[in-house]
Amino acid sequence: MAIAKMHIWRGETGEGSFQEYECEFTPGMVVLDVIHTIQAEQAADLAVRWNCKAGKCGSCSAEINGVPRLLCMTRMDSINTDQPITVEPMQAFPHMRDLVTDVSSNFRAKKSIRPFKPRKPDAPDGTWRMQQDDVNRVQEFRKCIECFLCQDVCHVLREHHQHDEFVGPRHLVYTAALEMHPLDTEDRTADLKNEHGVGLCNITKCCTKVCPEHITITDNAIIPLKERVVDEFYDPVTRLLRIFRPNKNQQGA
Amino acid sequence: MSQAETRIALPQRHFGETRRKDAWWLQPLVVAGVLSAFIVYSTWAALQGAHYSFAGYLSPFYSPEIFGNSDHAWFGPWPLWWPSWIPYSPAFLILWAPGGFRFTCYYYRGAYYKAFWASPSNCTVGKPHKKYTGERSFPLILQNIHRYFLYLALIFLVFLSIDVYHGMWFPTAGSGAEFGIGVGTLVLLVNVLLLGSYTLGCHSLRHLIGGRKDCVSKAVGGAMPYKCVSCLNRKHMLCAWLSLFWVGFTDFYIRMLSMGYFTDWRIL
Repeated sequence: MAIAKMHIWRGETGEGSFQEYECEFTPGMVVLDVIHTIQAEQAADLAVRWNCKAGKCGSCSAEINGVPRLLCMTRMDSINTDQPITVEPMQAFPHMRDLVTDVSSNFRAKKSIRPFKPRKPDAPDGTWRMQQDDVNRVQEFRKCIECFLCQDVCHVLREHHQHDEFVGPRHLVYTAALEMHPLDTEDRTADLKNEHGVGLCNITKCCTKVCPEHITITDNAIIPLKERVVDEFYDPVTRLLRIFRPNKNQQGA
Repeated sequence: MSQAETRIALPQRHFGETRRKDAWWLQPLVVAGVLSAFIVYSTWAALQGAHYSFAGYLSPFYSPEIFGNSDHAWFGPWPLWWPSWIPYSPAFLILWAPGGFRFTCYYYRGAYYKAFWASPSNCTVGKPHKKYTGERSFPLILQNIHRYFLYLALIFLVFLSIDVYHGMWFPTAGSGAEFGIGVGTLVLLVNVLLLGSYTLGCHSLRHLIGGRKDCVSKAVGGAMPYKCVSCLNRKHMLCAWLSLFWVGFTDFYIRMLSMGYFTDWRIL
């Protein structure tokens, strides 16, 4: 048994402070286990959102020593316990209580993205045919568990609070999953440039670093979307070629 | 997207403010140091206008040599009509293209925004700026020119490959030349291989070669070119740094040979 000194943010709606707790932990315990132990033994009113405890529900997102991480997937033996460990709520979202934030802005942002619009079925029985190579690319994006750690770490949202102008990495991954789908016929490039603010991303790759599902967010989702916006709006040659080759919207389903 | 009902209660952090306990400042510091050193050296080397070739070797900072005094020059000496008050060097006609390719490269953008502009210095570290417009407005909107610098960089790869071939021919006692391989030949070869790995892993190339299509299998040549570029793209950061170091070293090696400080050992 070892003892960890935990500095946990306590308070409501942005007001509060770090409170110190000492807690015993054993090898194999994760930070969420320690939080639960403190909740059971010292602070019954400590608010923390959690669910699966297996890194698949995306509920227990918080910041451990200043880095956005899942509480349930951060082992205590991976942290230096000689110093106090800080645990605080995500900084990019409105604070509710203790470690809980209001992430509902993400669900509104998701609704603003044009939905999947498949082409006509390839076969009379209503089914489609796809090459494995074509569908492989978007499979990675479907691993997202919507923990919103990428949204939290993104400086556009975290520091500048430009939620109205930028949908953030999670929703750019979602857009990429739709936009690059081999069956999809919708064109989202104008939305990406104007409403969803893909140009605000300056490729710091922080979102990729914190993703618990190891989705290569910047290289495989955001930059390819930026390139599609370049095709549509900034490259004079591709704009000229589009006179002879219409884009997806003009082609129809 | 309307979010008027949601307001962030937490204020913006001050510059450098973070609760990270690791050495978050080390990475931007190293990037700033290495990039600054390269910029200083390459500018100095470009301004010299001399000691950029030795036997069949030509410094990549000066290749292709359009006007110049070495045997590699396409159109002979620098034109006489050039105003004497403007400094000239064959490198001035060259370096803007590979320099522009690196400056607008997606990897370097992220790296130097952190290192030189603190936007942010590192993940979850407070920024010095109150206002942020990203790459949506002037001047950073010009970064979208990257694919045009890619086209130039691909052409430069051809010239640098030709330089490797020229580096295989050594002058003989008469006026002829004989085939051989020296350390300099290998230095030039490694240079073109590393630059090739960097250029062919470019995000824009990945898009143009198949990524722009929803069905990559329907791109010209099928899905294989996209897969090959994607494979290099996964190592883009590594290739970017290795090729940067080696292109500088190649110029340094040839410069030292030309100035007589180094001896070029013949392998064959």
